[in-house]
Amino acid sequence: MLLEKEIVIKTDKLTKRFGDFTAVSEISFEVYKGEIFGFLGANGAGKTTAMKMLIGISIPTSGNATIAGFDIYIQTEQIKKSIGYMSQKFSLYEDLTIKENIQLFGGIYGLSDKEIKSKSEELINKLGLNNEADKLVASLPLGWKQKLAFSIAIFHQPKIVFLDEPTGGVDPITRRQFWDMIYEAAHNGITVFVTTHYMDEAEYCDRVSIMVDGVIQALDSPANLKSKYNAESMDEVFLMLARGAKRGE
Amino acid sequence: MRILKFLLRKEFLQIFRNKLILRMIFALPVIQLILLPYAATYEIKNITLSVVDHDHSEYSRKLINKFTASGYFLLTDYSNTYKQALDKVENDEADLIVEIPEGFEKDVIRQNESIIMFSANAISGQTAGLAVAYANSIVKDFNNDVRVEWLPQSRLSSIPVIEITSSNWFNQLMNYKDFIVPGVLALLVTLVGYLMSSLNIVKEKEIGTIEQLNVSPIKKYQFILSKLIPFWVLGLLVMTIGFIISFIIYGIYPAGSFWVGYLFAGVYLIALLGFGLLTSIYADTQQQAMFIAYFFMLVFILLGGLFSPTENMPDWARYLTYINPVSYLIEVMRMLVLKGSSFWDLRYHFLVVSVFAIVFNSLAIFKYKKTV
Repeated sequence: MLLEKEIVIKTDKLTKRFGDFTAVSEISFEVYKGEIFGFLGANGAGKTTAMKMLIGISIPTSGNATIAGFDIYIQTEQIKKSIGYMSQKFSLYEDLTIKENIQLFGGIYGLSDKEIKSKSEELINKLGLNNEADKLVASLPLGWKQKLAFSIAIFHQPKIVFLDEPTGGVDPITRRQFWDMIYEAAHNGITVFVTTHYMDEAEYCDRVSIMVDGVIQALDSPANLKSKYNAESMDEVFLMLARGAKRGE
Repeated sequence: MRILKFLLRKEFLQIFRNKLILRMIFALPVIQLILLPYAATYEIKNITLSVVDHDHSEYSRKLINKFTASGYFLLTDYSNTYKQALDKVENDEADLIVEIPEGFEKDVIRQNESIIMFSANAISGQTAGLAVAYANSIVKDFNNDVRVEWLPQSRLSSIPVIEITSSNWFNQLMNYKDFIVPGVLALLVTLVGYLMSSLNIVKEKEIGTIEQLNVSPIKKYQFILSKLIPFWVLGLLVMTIGFIISFIIYGIYPAGSFWVGYLFAGVYLIALLGFGLLTSIYADTQQQAMFIAYFFMLVFILLGGLFSPTENMPDWARYLTYINPVSYLIEVMRMLVLKGSSFWDLRYHFLVVSVFAIVFNSLAIFKYKKTV
């Protein structure tokens, strides 16, 4: 059944070294179209470094990878058109209004004025921000900012969206709403590649990989992982694997 | 092009939403142009004078009158002894002591010569040097008066005298403000252009938004242009404000063409902004960028010939001024404002600054990486 699925991310022994330090060591995995792929690991395990190679802002030391069919060494510009990214740090412009942020990123990704206009109205309606649309982003509560950042990351309908700890510091209700948005995006055919520290979120993923010290220790669906490690929850699975880590924060 | 349009809109929105920066852009030229020309004057007036007159004669009184009438000296003290006068200098109450010996009048008349002593407080070498120079010319003048008084009319005319009169070209009245105001204008354009551009990219690094731009399909040149153009416009705006203020306050306006001035400032700003972008590419935090910018600004200004003529510098320092873009703008501003130089007169300056523009911006584009 897996064979029928379209592969959108494929890595082969992807490695990143900083001097003597191997941040990411020969990771190989595949991600399929429309799935929610959880990329787990303790702090310092190499998640963010790996993700930066995939989104084309860090050049790998060795190994290969293709994103949406494009090579990460030579086709970075094509990759950038087909992905969306939401970083750990909140990265919309706080001194621009919600509307201006949407227009800016819509424009950067080459949407026409008409598309930007209709889609941003639709988006603002959906998020229930009609009254805030002309207010500065700085005035929004964190939960809203994160939802907005996610919406903007998928505004141009990318093939894949990369989310780096998108729900850090967000309350449980907003987190739940956030995951509803992720499901909806996946349902619309956008592949979601997400890193998180919350193990309940790991349960929502179709498949998860667990990284320990720069290496992928486990990769399967949450149900399979739990039965394999004879664990009640993903939390237990994670603790079992991550306890062996040598690298701290 | 379309991406650039969106990026430029973003930059201008951000600049015009930042009330503090906006206020600075207007306050800076006004305050600098009002304060600096008065604060940085070369002319030394009000030199405090202490006189030790041991002679108390008509001649000594005449000499002292000549000092006070010159307009440069303020007679603040009559001391009885040299030592007392020295105390005044130590207390900073006198810059120059003039000691007139006993029998001064007698010696001048009978022996045709006498000696007076000047002692200057050389804590400020420039003040001391000028004070003594002024004093010398006053004494020379006094000498002439005495000669006129004692030589018979017929013999006077037979003494050959060569008198030197000079005429100061381009600044006939040697008005110091005409010299400093164009320099301050150059300084303003530099300050706004360089500081704002060097802090801008670093700010995006600090708050993390640059990552969001780096993962997007923005081309390098689009990004760099979106950072250059707003500050180029701002720099020229500040220059315009500066021209208006210097006309209102000092009545100073370029004797040459405004367009040549704007053209030169336009090319100069491209060079300077390229340098600002380079600075911000090397710095990771606004604090670092600020420090680097401050360092270069200081060197640029000190070696730019704003306050001291570059011709007076030792050779090695003068060679440094050749690679200092600010010195070209200061010189061009002065040539335009005072001399009314034409484009053709300034061709060498245009050429050098164009080279700066190409080098700095190529480096900035080359060094700016969308990867980490």
